[in-house]
Amino acid sequence: MTQQGNSEILKVVNLKKYFRIGKDKRGPIYVRAVDGVSFNVKYGETLGLVGESGSGKSTIAYTVVGMYRPTSGQILFKNQNIGMEAVRRPLSLKKEIQIVFQDPGSSLNPRQTIEQILRLPLKLHTNTPKKQLKEKMIELLEKVELPADYLYKSPPSIGGGEKQMVAIARALAPNPSLIVLDEPTSALDVSVQAKIINKLMDLQKELNLTYLFITHDLSLMRNVANRIAIMYLGKICEVADAATFFEKPLHPYTQMLISSVPVVTEEEERLKPKKVVSIGEIPSPVNIPPGCSFHLRCPYKMPICSEVDPEMKEVAPEHIVRCHLFGKQASG
Amino acid sequence: MDDKTLLEIKDLHVWYKVYGGYLKVLHGVNFLVRKGERVGLVGEAGCGKTTTMKSILQILPPGDSRIPKGEIIYKGKDILKMSFGELQRLRSKEVAMIFQDPTAALNPVFTIGAQIGDVVRYSIALEEKRVKKEKIKTLSARALKEVYMPDPERILTNYPFQLSGGMRQRVCIAMSISSPRNLLIADEPGTSLDVTIQDQILRLLKEIVEKQGTSIILITHSLGVAREMTDRIYVMYAGTIVETAPAKDLFKNPVHPYTRGLLASVPKISGGGIARGIPGRIPDYLNPPPGCRFQPRCEYATPSCQEKPPQLFEIDKDHFVACYLAQR
Repeated sequence: MTQQGNSEILKVVNLKKYFRIGKDKRGPIYVRAVDGVSFNVKYGETLGLVGESGSGKSTIAYTVVGMYRPTSGQILFKNQNIGMEAVRRPLSLKKEIQIVFQDPGSSLNPRQTIEQILRLPLKLHTNTPKKQLKEKMIELLEKVELPADYLYKSPPSIGGGEKQMVAIARALAPNPSLIVLDEPTSALDVSVQAKIINKLMDLQKELNLTYLFITHDLSLMRNVANRIAIMYLGKICEVADAATFFEKPLHPYTQMLISSVPVVTEEEERLKPKKVVSIGEIPSPVNIPPGCSFHLRCPYKMPICSEVDPEMKEVAPEHIVRCHLFGKQASG
Repeated sequence: MDDKTLLEIKDLHVWYKVYGGYLKVLHGVNFLVRKGERVGLVGEAGCGKTTTMKSILQILPPGDSRIPKGEIIYKGKDILKMSFGELQRLRSKEVAMIFQDPTAALNPVFTIGAQIGDVVRYSIALEEKRVKKEKIKTLSARALKEVYMPDPERILTNYPFQLSGGMRQRVCIAMSISSPRNLLIADEPGTSLDVTIQDQILRLLKEIVEKQGTSIILITHSLGVAREMTDRIYVMYAGTIVETAPAKDLFKNPVHPYTRGLLASVPKISGGGIARGIPGRIPDYLNPPPGCRFQPRCEYATPSCQEKPPQLFEIDKDHFVACYLAQR
């Protein structure tokens, strides 16, 4: 991929996605799955999106690939607005953004052979001559270290890790520049996860890919992402580069998350902030509390927190926090 | 076997009947739980962790499972030879199990009160002939209070779908401690929950176990959870115990190639990348590999590994490894 004028491949500005779930006397009821999210992804980097279930991370992924139409806000891919439904998105853009889903058991059609699974994206997005299709498919399988005879197998007859490798090969088929990875390893065992993550990292270097990596596993994130964004109830709380994130977490929610991670070495134990004990649960996105959405669980709650929603503040270069605790420091 | 032993599993084999033969899932499991001990059972999906635990309670699918060999000794009595009455007593008084998915463990069409009430009633009914409704209700509410449920009386009238995932798991824990038990089996109690909620549930379990002096077997696939929760860890691979040691020793000095591979695969929050993982996958239980079951994936495998499965061998005080490599 050639470098463009600016260094951002994807820019999301004030993205909102509401789902209507019913109505009452006061009007329609919405689930505010994504509520005003802005972030950007640079060429060749991995941006990690972390959050608990129900925080809206998958909704962002699906909106970026065009499975949902945003309620409002902009998604700019290489300076082109792609905030429309996939049907209206030009084929050349669909080709550029691919996705790998969480559960390969349900994202691959069990009645198709791997050959059929890989053929469709090649036929749709590339003008490979018919005679070379098979060659190209074998090449794709080689990229993910699967033998050529896997072309004639079907998904149920291969292991979970291998299925995910096929899903990755399928995403690579149209030669994309951005791949959205929606929890690609959370359904797999750690020994298999390690293999897949390493393969993904190798492929990124080899093919100059940019990843939007979504996961709830913070320790995995530390090892794959360049920058990390934490989400809570449809909003981003903190963005920082991976190392800073674990050494100097600022947002109370980030601290709570990191201190909840079970670790295996003494060294990691020292990194964990001890002061924040996890309490409460994520509220329903139908009734988002007023003010800062985290104030019900926050140990440092102030009166202002239940009234005013804090804004994103850059407390250090490339380190953005959305919390009243740090708002004051930055302004005065 | 000394008087501190609560449960001992000796050379347990469990087979499942499928089309074309038997899946030889458990292949000589040895396992020991002392009174008041917190034991972790770690292994990847499909290695037989849950099968081992289900055979303790004798809740394996009847007809499809066979136990060709082995003993499960609880308080000096073999569970496999118990009568139905004795088993009922074991399940309602002695051992309780918490399952992985609280949504599947609770019946969606009955209230929480009815479900906890059943557990309470059966455990009292063994001693008293007539059980008063009020007593069941107060005991159920007390159990919910123990797991820090806000407003227990109201929760008793709720249905499972009205509660969140973390609350449902609390209800399941409340059920298991509604009458005092000697052994609690927790089958991946936090896996289906978010990290912050998992942290809360694990802290709660730890507190209950300490308060009541109960022994606990914690099944998990996460080495981190096992390290923070348990005194002693058993590592399981393809139906055999490959290594067991006190939790601290295991993380300081893992010996079995599988344990080492597993430990290296865990991503660390201190960074530094992830190891390459373990090549291959768990063996086919219909035709398991000869000898050591890990041998096809092991980088140190020698021809002798294919001949006979290695037995657990004490390499350090209380640290056992089933590998020929350690014996040399």
